[in-house]
Amino acid sequence: MNPLALFRWHRPDWVLLLTILALFGFGLAVLYSASGHNPDVVLKQAVRMAVGLLAMLILSQLRPIHLYNWAPWLFAISVALLLAVLLMGSVSKGANRWLDLGFFRFQPSELMKLALPLMLARSLARRPPPLAWRDLLQALAWMGLAAALIIKQPDLGTAILVVASGLYVLYLAGLRRRVIFTTLVLMLAAMPVVWRFIMHDYQRDRVLTFLNPESDPLGRGWNIIQSKIAIGSGGLFGKGWGQGTQSQLEFLPERHTDFILAVVAEEFGLLGVSLLLCLYVVLIYRGMIIAMEASTPFNRLLAGSLTLTFFTYVLVNVGMVSGLLPVVGVPLPLISYGGTSMVTLLTAFGMIMAVAGDKPFLHR
Amino acid sequence: MQPRFDTGRRRTLGQNQLSGRYFRRRAWVALLGVSLIFLGLFARFYYLQVVEHSRYSSQSEANRVRIRPIAPNRGLIYDRNGMLLARNVPAYRLEVIPEQVGNLEAMLEELANVIPLSETDRSRVQRLRKLRRSFQPIPVKLRLSEADLARFAVNRYRFPGVEAVPYLSRDYPLGETMAHVLGYVGHISEKELARLDEKRYRGTNLVGKTGLEAYYEDALHGEPGFEEVETNAQGRVLRVLRRELPQPGEDLHLTLDAGLQQAAYKALGQHRGAVVAMKPESGEILALVSKPSFDPNPFVTGILHRDYQALLSQPGRPLFNRALLGGYEPGSTIKPFMALAGLASGVLSPDETWYSDGTFQIPGRKRIYRDWKKGGHGKVNLEQALAQSVNGFFYNLALRMGIDRIHDWLAPFGFGQVTGIDMPREKPGLLPSRAWKRAVHNSAWFDGETVIVGIGQGPFVVTPLQLAWAVNKLASRKDLPRPHLKKMTEPWPEQSRLDRIPPAAWEQVQKGMVAVVHGAHGSARRIGHGLPFTMAGKTGTAQVFGHKEDATDEERKVEGLAEHLKHHALFIAYAPVEKPQIAVAVVVEHGGGGSRVAAPVARDVIRYWLERQP
Repeated sequence: MNPLALFRWHRPDWVLLLTILALFGFGLAVLYSASGHNPDVVLKQAVRMAVGLLAMLILSQLRPIHLYNWAPWLFAISVALLLAVLLMGSVSKGANRWLDLGFFRFQPSELMKLALPLMLARSLARRPPPLAWRDLLQALAWMGLAAALIIKQPDLGTAILVVASGLYVLYLAGLRRRVIFTTLVLMLAAMPVVWRFIMHDYQRDRVLTFLNPESDPLGRGWNIIQSKIAIGSGGLFGKGWGQGTQSQLEFLPERHTDFILAVVAEEFGLLGVSLLLCLYVVLIYRGMIIAMEASTPFNRLLAGSLTLTFFTYVLVNVGMVSGLLPVVGVPLPLISYGGTSMVTLLTAFGMIMAVAGDKPFLHR
Repeated sequence: MQPRFDTGRRRTLGQNQLSGRYFRRRAWVALLGVSLIFLGLFARFYYLQVVEHSRYSSQSEANRVRIRPIAPNRGLIYDRNGMLLARNVPAYRLEVIPEQVGNLEAMLEELANVIPLSETDRSRVQRLRKLRRSFQPIPVKLRLSEADLARFAVNRYRFPGVEAVPYLSRDYPLGETMAHVLGYVGHISEKELARLDEKRYRGTNLVGKTGLEAYYEDALHGEPGFEEVETNAQGRVLRVLRRELPQPGEDLHLTLDAGLQQAAYKALGQHRGAVVAMKPESGEILALVSKPSFDPNPFVTGILHRDYQALLSQPGRPLFNRALLGGYEPGSTIKPFMALAGLASGVLSPDETWYSDGTFQIPGRKRIYRDWKKGGHGKVNLEQALAQSVNGFFYNLALRMGIDRIHDWLAPFGFGQVTGIDMPREKPGLLPSRAWKRAVHNSAWFDGETVIVGIGQGPFVVTPLQLAWAVNKLASRKDLPRPHLKKMTEPWPEQSRLDRIPPAAWEQVQKGMVAVVHGAHGSARRIGHGLPFTMAGKTGTAQVFGHKEDATDEERKVEGLAEHLKHHALFIAYAPVEKPQIAVAVVVEHGGGGSRVAAPVARDVIRYWLERQP
């Protein structure tokens, strides 16, 4: 067989596929309730899911060698598009994140979420651990460029996620432990400076609101307070599907997008939340196992970093909705209404599946 | 065949295994971290949902204070004398709350037996039902009549979930006279919903669709208020706790005079056309009429599909605002402006004369351009050429000036560009130029085209509004602020080419225009008889069918023609010449020559205005 063929046909990883399908089913059921029983919203989301799944399955058949080859181009294109957004993007809610291509609008920062780990996995794949200083500096330069362009939009939440995906590659590629600990200490020490000089007013607001939501119950604290009431009042078994008063009576803002987990918690209780978290854990474990069994360093780094990035999404959203983390606009992976993050995540899972299929002596 | 790039696969098996082991160790550490964090998240939910459950449960029970928007009252629109042109009238609308009705379809069927429901009403209910949540009210029918209201009150017990709710509706007392100026408000469409600020429009049903209602939507709308209401667990309102009153929209005071507007509308009679009147020495618009017009009031409650189609298919196109969107050849009304251009540029000397034998030829060319009078007008000076509308004089002038100078001197009067009036969707018209022809037709400019531009024909297009603005500049003898309908102080143009026109030139052109109305041979002398004031005017004819080069006596020619083949009649005027109080442009579609129908309209409008001046 020609090793440079674009695709290598194989059965996609069924654990990942079935878990994703389960999440989708669960998500649509919750969305129907959260959208006020609006079948149009559910249908629209289902169409997005189907399109995303198709893209994921096609991508899963790709040979990762091509991702390796394309990585620099993807990265270059992402940087170019981010620059284009800064120059001529359309402004929504005071931030400039979208590129209007006429027929559809597109967030280049989403592309960067995939392009950066690809780029770093490629450049570090040939370096045996532990990571050399020279390689570390080069990787940090790529990360800095990507983060700077996204922060400029300004979109701190996405910038943090992009940086996190890069850090995971560094960690998995063998960043020295000494460096990790030193950096953590330095970051803690630098926090006051970041607070004072780097963060925007709206970001400081969010953190203050997070620390003390009761200070502004009708304004900025409203989301967190209402979300906690929704979750807490759900109890062990929930109020039942479509019976959540917090969400049905519209006390809970953004209930079908970023705060959909609160609807899950209110209507399905701790049981529903546990089920959801279990599904996420399955995805993450499976992704890491695929990474560990991968045949080449590039494949390992790619699958490992994408899986851990997915975990970060879950963590940030769940933490935010339950009041553990400040409110940043990160949707609940694979559940929240909206197409942008869904496409990115399914693309990532498509790549992980591609890694799973890339065994030197694969029996089909 | 080997991969082009080294993905690490080529390294010795030993090395690969080494880094693989290293990777696995790190991956397991990461998974350990992930597991711990998930346990933490689970603990958080356990804490919120089990430990603190009773506390949040009671908070959720108490969570019945809701915030509801109160729509602001829309700003009123007044004319220049404080007469109300757009008002808010108390009315009742029928609303349904879908979740309180078992079968919405069946209920609507039954309701239709009591109160007539149109197809428009029904489709709106179906559309809004998808957009709104099931406990939010949907308007079924707006502005119930007294009879409907009474019938519903009697049958109310049969329709749980349906209520007659008082609200303020929009009303236009002058109806079709003002329709093209004011525009109208109507139900917010899905497209508009996406464009509008959701916070401001949460309680609003109506939004400006056309005309001033659309242009000043932002100011007219106002800021909504809010009320905090306590509800039961089903979301029904029990009592109001706090209320923040809305801020009504700003009232709009216009420069328009309702009386003059009505007079102009009446003066046009059964004709199609437009009248625009302006106040000299300002950008104020006194009247802006387009005919035929339409009654805007049905649009407020949702016009029936059938009626709307009827309006669209009428040959006179009543929804079309001719004053701003209608494009016409200026015809001979351009001649005073040509004369000024000639005098100001020095091409035309004040005492020049022209012998009119009825024809004109470009030296060395064969083509013949005609005067409208067979055999010509004889020897005429500038004043006579204006009074009798002698084409030959202006053919000659145009040819000597050349298209570039004509363009440069007509542009400052406002031809060929939007005036900037405070109304949506104004057309710019077209002032021909070498650059325009190159860009659009990709060909060179010919002298023959210059000649006919000199009498306002060819590709020349003006709107009635542009023409009125230009006449107003003629009356004021200077450049003016942009035309406007809202009372406001508009900035004056800082400098203008018009400042370079010498006073004597203005005076001479005015003399010619006075002779049009009051002179023994004036082309509009019919309206001059017995006028108690002196008025300057100019007739014009815009060609409808294609024999543009020989503009012979249209007046006689059109007598026997079918209505839709007749030329458009134009007339521009201002009065009194001693100190102009009003400047008017009139276009009458298919009116034949300018003097027959357009001039009397202008005279009536001016007379009405001057009779009411102190």
